[in-house]
Amino acid sequence: MNGERRTVTVDNRTSLLDLVREHFGLTGTKKGCDAGACGACTVLVDGHRVNGCLTLAVRLDGAEVITIEGLSRDELHPLQQAFIDQDAFQCGFCTPGQIMSGVGCIRERHTGSASEIREWMSGNICRCGCYVKIVKAVQQAAKGR
Amino acid sequence: MTRQPNRQPQKAVGTPQSRVDGRLKVTGQATYAADHDVTGVAYGVMVDATVGRGRITGVDTRAALDQPGVRAVLHHGNAPRLPYVDNPGSNNPPGERLRVFQDDRVRFFGQPVAVVVADTLEAAQHAASLVTVTYAAEPPSTDLTTAPADEPQRYARGDAEAAWAAAPVKLDLAFRFSRNHHNPMEPHATIARWEGDTLTLWDKTQWVVGGTQQELASVFGIPQQSVRVISPFVGGAFGSGLRAWPHVTVAALAARVTGRPVKLVLSRRQLYFGTGHRPAYTYALKLGSDRRGRLAASIQDIRAETSSYETFTEAVMGPGHMMYRTPNVRQAYATVPLDVNTPIWMRGPGYATGAHVVECAMDELAHELGVDPIELRLRNEPETDESSGLPFSSRRLRECLATGAREFGWHRRNPAPRSTRDGDWLVGTGMAAAVYDFGRAPAQAHARINADGTALVQAATSDMGPGTYTSMPQVAADALGLTMTTVEFRLGDSLMPPTPPHGGSMTMASVGSAVQDACDKVRRQAITLAVNDARSPLHRVNPDDVVVRDGRMHVKNDPTRGETYRQLLGRNQRDHLEVIGSWGPPEQSRYSMHAFGAVFTEVAVDDRLGLVRVRRMLGVYDAGRIINPKLADSQALGGMVGGIGQALLEHTVTDARDGRIVNANLADYLVPVNADIPDLRAIYLDGGNDQNADPIGVKGLGEVVIVGVAAAITNAVFHATGRRIRELPITAEALL
Ligand code: FES
Ligand code: FES
Repeated sequence: MNGERRTVTVDNRTSLLDLVREHFGLTGTKKGCDAGACGACTVLVDGHRVNGCLTLAVRLDGAEVITIEGLSRDELHPLQQAFIDQDAFQCGFCTPGQIMSGVGCIRERHTGSASEIREWMSGNICRCGCYVKIVKAVQQAAKGR
Repeated sequence: MTRQPNRQPQKAVGTPQSRVDGRLKVTGQATYAADHDVTGVAYGVMVDATVGRGRITGVDTRAALDQPGVRAVLHHGNAPRLPYVDNPGSNNPPGERLRVFQDDRVRFFGQPVAVVVADTLEAAQHAASLVTVTYAAEPPSTDLTTAPADEPQRYARGDAEAAWAAAPVKLDLAFRFSRNHHNPMEPHATIARWEGDTLTLWDKTQWVVGGTQQELASVFGIPQQSVRVISPFVGGAFGSGLRAWPHVTVAALAARVTGRPVKLVLSRRQLYFGTGHRPAYTYALKLGSDRRGRLAASIQDIRAETSSYETFTEAVMGPGHMMYRTPNVRQAYATVPLDVNTPIWMRGPGYATGAHVVECAMDELAHELGVDPIELRLRNEPETDESSGLPFSSRRLRECLATGAREFGWHRRNPAPRSTRDGDWLVGTGMAAAVYDFGRAPAQAHARINADGTALVQAATSDMGPGTYTSMPQVAADALGLTMTTVEFRLGDSLMPPTPPHGGSMTMASVGSAVQDACDKVRRQAITLAVNDARSPLHRVNPDDVVVRDGRMHVKNDPTRGETYRQLLGRNQRDHLEVIGSWGPPEQSRYSMHAFGAVFTEVAVDDRLGLVRVRRMLGVYDAGRIINPKLADSQALGGMVGGIGQALLEHTVTDARDGRIVNANLADYLVPVNADIPDLRAIYLDGGNDQNADPIGVKGLGEVVIVGVAAAITNAVFHATGRRIRELPITAEALL
């Protein structure tokens, strides 16, 4: 978990999302729907973006999980900086999920065009409607890669 | 306006600052309601009614209580009685608010009927599913068109019926609007903790003091000061946080009974029953004009749903009686009580509905007459607000239309419907005007200059996304002669000075003006201290001749003569200087105050499938002074996205048999996703500064940016297909 080995005993009903939020106190990952429909809970598991709300914690024995808190230390990740530069958020609630999803999108090289980014970032709802700027932020970070 | 002689240079206001809270938000450190770390917290999960009306005949809690970790199950049979004292001055509509767990009546499907409290979230969720509630169900009333209506509100000028009968050109149109849900990404959440008779709430709210603090104090019958509300971050709300909903009381009640702090987060599904909505409407309009398109008569009959226990109304009549010059107008607006939870304002309240009707009708009339839709609007531009007789504080709609037409390339358009094809797609363009009657209300703010020369400014307002955390210090920095890095702004705590609801586009005008007042006064205090201090280089200077830059006070025409706040406070052994400032609008306004805009869009409609795709959109706004263009741009684009949702996707569907909302989730209640949104562009008219509205010249922009979007799309769909759709959302079915 964010570069640290954690051993925990969890209820078999506990989702990865509830594990990080309620048991580890890492509340940067958000619960928007608890049903796989909004992407607010996006984290990286073994380098891939997944919905934390749809992943049972007990499945993750030995897995590497990165949440928004583990994405950067002192200096911001280029995508975090791009979100600030492009003003790619308003309320900020979807933002950790957007950023983790964007990191995945860039790694997957789904950044060939604005329309490709739109398509591959459509699992993350932003009700404040920051989509145009989210695309620009992903483009900015992908360019610097 | 009265110009202050020592008016400060404006260096931060008007510049595209990045969000002050940006780093917290991109690193996951911003603490929304459910993120606060409260020691010993237990989890509450609500059980909701599964009938649309009736009585609870039994609540069986045995299986739930048998679960390990379950502390209590509360329901009307065992919950303490609550006084529910009246709360005048709140956003509670007329009627009787829902009293949670106080009786056996079910007033709507999804009403909270019990809450489970357990040590873990998993246990609470599971136990909630084991609570068995039995009902004596009655058939609910769910049909807006057939249910009996209340006595309508009316407005009239001239003789609309006679003018309509005599008008050479007539339209008779009937519009329908679906119920919409705000669906902020952050679900509503409350953590409640009692210490003795004092209640602390970490709550998602748009109104810390008047909304949550006063309401919970009145529900529990305790002094206002016994409730503390903490709400530093709000994950979107769009109106859903403008009053404290029943779950806030449920959390407080559960905490009181169990003696534990209780965290209660609504599920996405519960938001559809538990936090209000934009009501469904029917809106019939008869419009009469002469052959040149000059409006003569407008007759409007409006019906809107409300709940059986509260009468919710909004400013839906506004656009229909003030937007265009119309000598004869008659309006009737009736609420229709249904077995549903009470609606609440949603972004662009009233106007997003009323202006849609007006702007679609203008497009229909333009087509009927063979006049360009922009030209038709110009022919009906009023001199004053005909509904109040007052002059507009500012109205630059003509400029919005002209700028938009030029930037969008409107005049290249072939006005004939179905004139442009791109493969399977029919392409059309459309436009609409936008208007919003922005609010202003009394607000206070506290400003303090510290001994180190920095400043702290505070007000109990919120930032649900517009950027209050950033725009307020911009105003403060200029008024204090400091920079963005030396001013800190805090909000979201009921211990801070009270402010109006964070909604209705009134935060910047009201709280911003109070912030400016507080900062002007504390700067004045520092200058007064300096000019009266024999050891100050400013001794005996006329205070009106002193300005402050970068924390240094100096004579306006002699920058070498001066000293810093820090030097002044240090020498005088003052820890700080502080002032509570305030601002409120005059009781009787001399102006009609509205923000205006013009929206242009191009859509493509699949001829055979009825799919509608927005290809581009431009909005041009007259919103007064723009404090932060970077953030204002985001807000406008966000409004357009909301409008695209209203136009094409958002539709709460009720099962008439039991009042159940069948699409109470984000997979079936569709909102725009990234792939739905093309390039969007916003322009704010240069030189906006509406000093008739408020001292900082802003008109508020959070609402006007959603108004007119759906109408522009509807009009573009007509241009593409030749089909007039008078129902929102526009569905593929309607176009087939
Ligand atoms: S919370 Fe997991 S997708 Fe919405
Ligand atoms: S920034 Fe508010 S939901 Fe995306």
